[in-house]
Amino acid sequence: MNVRKSAAVFEQEFLPVRAKLLEVAAALDRLDRADGSLATDARRAKIQAAIQVLLRPEDDRAEQIQLIFSRPFEDDWRKKLGVSEVRK
Amino acid sequence: MYYIDPHIHMVSRTTDDYETLAKMGCVALSEPAFWAGYDRGSVDGFRDYFEQLTVFEPKRAGWYGIQHFTWLCINAKEAENVSLAREVIAMIPEFLDRPGVLGIGEIGLNKNTKNEATVFLEHVELALRTDEQILIHTPHLEDKYQGTRMILDMLCDDGRVNRERVLVDHVEEHTVRLVLEQGFWAGMTLYPVSKCTPARAVDIVEMYGPERLLVNSAGDWGPSKPTAVPDFILEMRRRGHAESLIRRVVYENPIAFFSQSRGFVFNPPDVAEHANV
Repeated sequence: MNVRKSAAVFEQEFLPVRAKLLEVAAALDRLDRADGSLATDARRAKIQAAIQVLLRPEDDRAEQIQLIFSRPFEDDWRKKLGVSEVRK
Repeated sequence: MYYIDPHIHMVSRTTDDYETLAKMGCVALSEPAFWAGYDRGSVDGFRDYFEQLTVFEPKRAGWYGIQHFTWLCINAKEAENVSLAREVIAMIPEFLDRPGVLGIGEIGLNKNTKNEATVFLEHVELALRTDEQILIHTPHLEDKYQGTRMILDMLCDDGRVNRERVLVDHVEEHTVRLVLEQGFWAGMTLYPVSKCTPARAVDIVEMYGPERLLVNSAGDWGPSKPTAVPDFILEMRRRGHAESLIRRVVYENPIAFFSQSRGFVFNPPDVAEHANV
């Protein structure tokens, strides 16, 4: 598998990342200019949590943001739904 | 570069799209049965749909030299009507021996309900009884992680399931590892807003390698791009990846997976390509 130099990747990604950050910033500004409050909307808190993930040093930010926007998995889902286990 | 789109809903696309796909290098595609945008009212509605999938779409694809394959099921979105789902599942075997039928799909979950799980398990039972391959739809957005875990639970519980003959589709960053580690094939769907973008799909290839990974457009009646696989090819090239690696993901992997189905009779293009350019 081809492994690229970070400088080359950055050269390719700098303008797209800059543009996407500006889009997010402008969307948040748009929300702030709108009338009313989103304090009770859980989705707004998820956006905030996702932004925090961007500041982490780990290399699994995309996966972590996906999980923020995901319903939790419960091991005992079968019992809760009443779906019996298939063991064959 | 020749490529195969392993998941695209051509009944929702125009004949012009077939022509465009052919011009872009598409030589074959597979079309899973899916939701029409409304709930069908009877088993005969599905019988007509399966007729279209197995007779007319292969003919329309053939006008442009594209080989058409298909998968049959009742989609998870219609699984809340369990009695109709059971009628459809009982009718599917009428079509399983038709040319180009690769198996049962795309089955799976949508909102991760009890009825969806029940109908999913009954589809799996049909596939096992008839020795068919399985193509799985994983839910959208916030339901994907939970639904994918539930689907993997149900499949891994059943020792009769040959995981190499099952494709779990629409994986993203938070589900791809789970699918591959359990020995299943994984499909990445390239959509304009939800699911994967071409760039993120290439990231996943770079992180996990090409083994048991497929990439598709899932072009349908909603916002989607039937030529998304060529976008993936272009992104791979932009990053300097070898033609042999690209070809592995977009051509050789679909053939390897589909070849496990008795309905996959593939005639490769006459003009050979060099795998190691």
